[in-house]
Amino acid sequence: MAVTIQDYQEAAGPAVIEELRALADRVRGLRMQNVNSTSVGGGVAEILTRMIPLLRDLGIDARWDVIKGDQAFYNVTKAFHNALHGKTEEITEGMLEIFRATTEMNLRELDLESDIVVIHDPQPAGLVERKKEMGRRWIWRCHIDVSAPQPDVWNFLRPWVEQYDAAVFSMPDFAQQLPIPQFRVAPSIDPLSDKNKPLDKAYILQVLEKYAIDPGKPILVQISRFDRLKDPLGVVAAYKLVRKRHRCQLVLAGGGATDDPEGEKVLSEVRQAAEGDPDIHVLLLPPFSDLEINALVRASTVTIQKSIREGFGLTVSEALWKQKPVIGGAVGGIKLQVIDGVTGYLVHSPEGCANRISQLLRDRKLRERLGDNGREHVRQNFLVTRQVKEAILGMLALDHPGESVVNLG
Amino acid sequence: MAGLQVTAVEPFAFQTERHLVVLTGRKAKNLAELQEHLHKVSGASIFYHTHYLFLTYSFGKPRFHNEFAHWASQALQEEGLAERLTAIDLLAMTSIRDLRTAILTTVEKYLGEGRHLRECPPGDEFHFCEAKSFVSPTGLQAHDARELFAMVGHATDASLYFHFFQARLRLERPTNDFSIWLAKNGEPRLAQAIDRLDPYDSTLAELREQIVKIGRRLRA
Repeated sequence: MAVTIQDYQEAAGPAVIEELRALADRVRGLRMQNVNSTSVGGGVAEILTRMIPLLRDLGIDARWDVIKGDQAFYNVTKAFHNALHGKTEEITEGMLEIFRATTEMNLRELDLESDIVVIHDPQPAGLVERKKEMGRRWIWRCHIDVSAPQPDVWNFLRPWVEQYDAAVFSMPDFAQQLPIPQFRVAPSIDPLSDKNKPLDKAYILQVLEKYAIDPGKPILVQISRFDRLKDPLGVVAAYKLVRKRHRCQLVLAGGGATDDPEGEKVLSEVRQAAEGDPDIHVLLLPPFSDLEINALVRASTVTIQKSIREGFGLTVSEALWKQKPVIGGAVGGIKLQVIDGVTGYLVHSPEGCANRISQLLRDRKLRERLGDNGREHVRQNFLVTRQVKEAILGMLALDHPGESVVNLG
Repeated sequence: MAGLQVTAVEPFAFQTERHLVVLTGRKAKNLAELQEHLHKVSGASIFYHTHYLFLTYSFGKPRFHNEFAHWASQALQEEGLAERLTAIDLLAMTSIRDLRTAILTTVEKYLGEGRHLRECPPGDEFHFCEAKSFVSPTGLQAHDARELFAMVGHATDASLYFHFFQARLRLERPTNDFSIWLAKNGEPRLAQAIDRLDPYDSTLAELREQIVKIGRRLRA
């Protein structure tokens, strides 16, 4: 059965649900079409999968379409994605031509007939060409980190981006100099998803047993890909410092892409650093391990996200929601989620991380206080209900361009 | 109290505020760039960076409500400037224009003291934002002072925020909405008592409690 907005009342609170209903009444019946490049896999598909039913339940005629493209197109968009993230990629005229041709093909084939069209990420950005003939309101929703884009790719996309009525980014750092309004909508977590829903204690113990983790000894957890930017080796170094004074275990768990040779290398270095210590558990989890990840975080005493660079880092909100104090690297979106000394601690080195781990292992009351604050911080700022509210406000904003204070009457 | 029985000609309609954060695309990595943008950004941006934490921070009082001060301290390690920016008396400001001038004067004076211009670490730049606010009635209406005080006790943070902070500085009303309405409806003493509260020295929960107390005290 599809989820309804009412299902979120316990997590978000009745006032939030009431407010969503009141706001949604103002856009009831409006047709809102979302377009992206994939129906499964990846963060955007995940967000749309949970938001479309909620918007529909609130009376908004939301739909979701996916553009078509062949392997050559997706090779180009992967290069674009890397280049927009700041990685150097060679972009040839042939690649730009493939992008243009796929855009034209989708313009011919896709039925774009809504009151509001929301285009997600760069792959379908060129569909805005249709705006000239059909009018309506168009929003470009960019989910990726474009804080330092490779200029040739950004300049190729820019003429399309400038045709939209508004652009939406996840972080202030991603904003661009554009002639259209830009809004910030932070990502969110779904409290009812497998990754976040409440779990039975018996299941949590079963997962610990499966991975030979001792439930009687404090557990430090970092959930992340084996990627240098997540600094798993720094986490092992911090654990080794803590271990001199405290008995504890370290769990490093994450998925691994088989086509990522650098990831393989990092994983092997982590395994080497963990060698000989039975209390370090390096877990390479297969796809669809959300329930097990949920269990590992719920079993943790302290959760760590010691990234060196991070876009947003939603794993932090996922841990805070489970009332876990989080020690995070002071980078990117982690700084919005970890309020230093309130929901966890921000650190800059393995030594700093070790100090904070020790402090938290010593002080159960401190852990509980930070954990309670963390859950409240996520409740107020990072649940999917907040993102639904901002989607509705975004629809309303298009009717009031240039107004700083909109009186809805 | 006879005054509490006066029935208002126009009821007090409680409003609430939701907002979208607007990104301006302007960013600063040092005080010279901050100063340049402070001259050019909208009043809504100045208001946002000095006021929104009162609404969105719910864990007691943060060290800095003023985000310019927070950035000066955290990203530039300019504690002296952070303290001076925090000391700007927001309650004494009657317009965002005055507030902008006060912030600029503070930054300019600090720069004029011949300090070496520091740059923040990459990724810690100050990003200028503003709020696009959507205001609508909550449906609650008070017809006399007694009702007003009873309803304030149940008003949301967003509603109090709107009637105290937005109304005065962003909409340039002479004082908070409660005082304006009470003064118009034959309750000058109640109006003054609320006007004397310092909303910048409290959380919204504390502010709500203080208003409710004023209602109780004058009724006794």
